[in-house]
Amino acid sequence: MIVHIWAILWKQLKDTLKNKTILIQFIMFPCMTVIMETAINIQGMPEHFFANLFAVMYIGMAPLTSIAAIIAEEKEKNTLRVLQMCNVSALEYLIGNAIYIVLVCLMGSFVIGAAGGYQGISLFYFMMIMFFGHFTSFLVGATIGVLSRNQMTATSVTVPVMIILAFLPMLSMFNETIGKFSKYIFSEQLYLLVNNLDRIRVGTDTAVILICNVVVIAAAFVVSYRKMFIRK
Amino acid sequence: MNKAIEVKGLSHYFGPSRVIDNISFAVEEGNIFGLLGPSGAGKTTLINILTGQLRAAEGESRIFGIESRHMTGKDYKQLGIMMDNFGLYERMSCYNNLRFYQMLDGNQNKNIEAVLKSVGLLDAKKTRVMNLSKGMTNRLAFARAVLRKPRILFLDEPTSGLDPATVEEIHKMIFAEKDRGTTIFLTTHNMYEAEKLCDKIALLNEGKIVEYGSPADICRRYNHQRKINIHLKNGQDVVLEHKKESGEQIKEYWDGDKVETIHSTEPSLETIFMELTGRIFDI
Repeated sequence: MIVHIWAILWKQLKDTLKNKTILIQFIMFPCMTVIMETAINIQGMPEHFFANLFAVMYIGMAPLTSIAAIIAEEKEKNTLRVLQMCNVSALEYLIGNAIYIVLVCLMGSFVIGAAGGYQGISLFYFMMIMFFGHFTSFLVGATIGVLSRNQMTATSVTVPVMIILAFLPMLSMFNETIGKFSKYIFSEQLYLLVNNLDRIRVGTDTAVILICNVVVIAAAFVVSYRKMFIRK
Repeated sequence: MNKAIEVKGLSHYFGPSRVIDNISFAVEEGNIFGLLGPSGAGKTTLINILTGQLRAAEGESRIFGIESRHMTGKDYKQLGIMMDNFGLYERMSCYNNLRFYQMLDGNQNKNIEAVLKSVGLLDAKKTRVMNLSKGMTNRLAFARAVLRKPRILFLDEPTSGLDPATVEEIHKMIFAEKDRGTTIFLTTHNMYEAEKLCDKIALLNEGKIVEYGSPADICRRYNHQRKINIHLKNGQDVVLEHKKESGEQIKEYWDGDKVETIHSTEPSLETIFMELTGRIFDI
């Protein structure tokens, strides 16, 4: 099992880091955070404003789009079948990809956190929230990737999901009605947690919503996962 | 000789249409077996069933005695597969594609360069697959199939769409594998290729095997004309009956140094296919 996971990880480093479409997902928000936090300083603007905003967008976009694109490409180019014939299980494949994507996204998250001025225990909490968010988003993306026949289908499904996860927390700041709905989405809850890092305490509401989100996403993932690598 | 592949009463359906229709055959170890048929005859479906990628609706197929559908990772290590639906990682180099494949088998950098050299891609080892020509991509796919030194090699139309020089190179590589003792199962719609490479062939039409045997035997079996064509040096063409009495006349021409060429009138595999199915062998 470890041999296969390591091979998948090695392959992603060699392959995906040359894929500009995926690479840009990993570096766009860390770069934007550094630029905005350095260049813009308006009086009265909340502390860590851009870091928190882009952190949640990063969660909603990077892991989701990259894993969906990776799986859809493997299906479209028929490389997934090669893995199947080498006895790579769906679980090994997904663990290898999860390690790679979540690690790369955590590196980006560290840049966002550091650029936003988080230090010490705040930075640790920030990274923990980001880890949870990246992993949940990875599961959403993997589900989309597994269910999509090709990259075109994956993109057409990924975009609306990505908009909901990444932009609703921002829009809810300006519109209460949106906020009433978006609070049930894990990215909104993570946004609220990131905004209160100094006095972090996960309330019952937040915990229930996050757990429900993870359960629903994990269930959808398990159902689709069974379709992956299946022999007709 | 041991049987490398055994197929008994195999049938498969896609929806209501029967794509494989109750076929049976066996391939002996160390032989090159060719499955010939036009597009849509069921060749790729049969490879998919044999390699365990598809579960047949009826019948059974065995690879070295093991039912295809029950093959495990250890059994798969005996197979080398080169198919259109077996993709390569386009952004990775030739070397890294093979290295990844080897890593999945738990090996590290064993004989990758030697294999690349044997398929003439050593100079292109750092070239990304997306920058290779079709011929080079096919050779790399072949290299990947033989990398683990398989006991059986499945080649699905390995020379389709390639120029004659590359076809010749791939034929050499196939013979080299045969010399190593590998059993080769290939599909093709190229009759010339089948006659040149295969010890045994099966003609497949609409999911049924319509003829089976060695190419030479099949051609002899369908030699209904049984005539001998002699082209003489003076430009004259002589057609003789394929019987004992013609021998004296042939000897006379031969002794008189008059013979340019002699041909028997066995039909080509293409003609036999047309005779059996009433179909032109379309690609």
